Amino acid sequence: MPTIVRWYVKTALLYLALALGLGILLAAGIWRAALTPSYWHLFIVGWLTQLIFGIALWMLPSFTRERPRGNELLSWAVYVVLNAGLLLRAIAEPLRAVQVGAAALWGQALVISAILQWLAALGFVINAWPRVRGPRRKTRQGGA
Amino acid sequence: MPRLSVWAVRLSLLYLLAGFTIGAFILVNKGVGAYPAAWRWFGAHQEFLLIGWMGQFAIGIGYWVFPRYRGNHRGNPAAAVLAIVLLNIGIALVFVSTFWGLPLSLWGRTFEAAAALSFVIYAWPRVKPTGA
Repeated sequence: MPTIVRWYVKTALLYLALALGLGILLAAGIWRAALTPSYWHLFIVGWLTQLIFGIALWMLPSFTRERPRGNELLSWAVYVVLNAGLLLRAIAEPLRAVQVGAAALWGQALVISAILQWLAALGFVINAWPRVRGPRRKTRQGGA
Repeated sequence: MPRLSVWAVRLSLLYLLAGFTIGAFILVNKGVGAYPAAWRWFGAHQEFLLIGWMGQFAIGIGYWVFPRYRGNHRGNPAAAVLAIVLLNIGIALVFVSTFWGLPLSLWGRTFEAAAALSFVIYAWPRVKPTGA
């Protein structure tokens, strides 16, 4: 499994544990309303979506023989902005809801988080799209 | 990758982008409160990401990678094609229902359930030991 895929998948596994751990707090009634959006997004974006991103990066048909996973720099950028955006949200949203610190500051953090996560989705689609294709036609070598 | 998988996965990528775009729109509004009507898109956000992106992506990849039958073929694809068609009609109906408040949710969910059933019927015999 390539390095970048391992980063995606292992990070996804951490989010799985984090999200279900957060579920314990929700069940215990601790900051339930404030934590519920973070719980769902850690699970669905951090675990499921990130796992799909990683496995797709690994398994989709090769982009080219030389660059099987397309633009790998873009994939690293997607990894960074996805996780930065998600973590920023997971911190800012509950703290804003329970009114710790300046609400306006956390509000700005949510805007930044939204932009980062959107860029992650855009980057993933740009990289994955050309790899979602049928088998290449074999070109005849040599000729008559 | 077979053509059906190409269609399903590319559609799922479009739903991913649409779902994240709507999600970003809602989150920006949550942060700065500029456009409260953004919440109207919440149902579409959920529908596009859970069914359109994840559900459809899984169907497309499943069709591609599940063990094939003897002779290296995937069997009659009609039920899988039907699943993709029904699923996307269902998503569209649920979207119309949540966004405009039209009473189409039951129809949308029925199409989605029919899509699921159709794919289960198609995929069930392909979930088998390799070479069997």
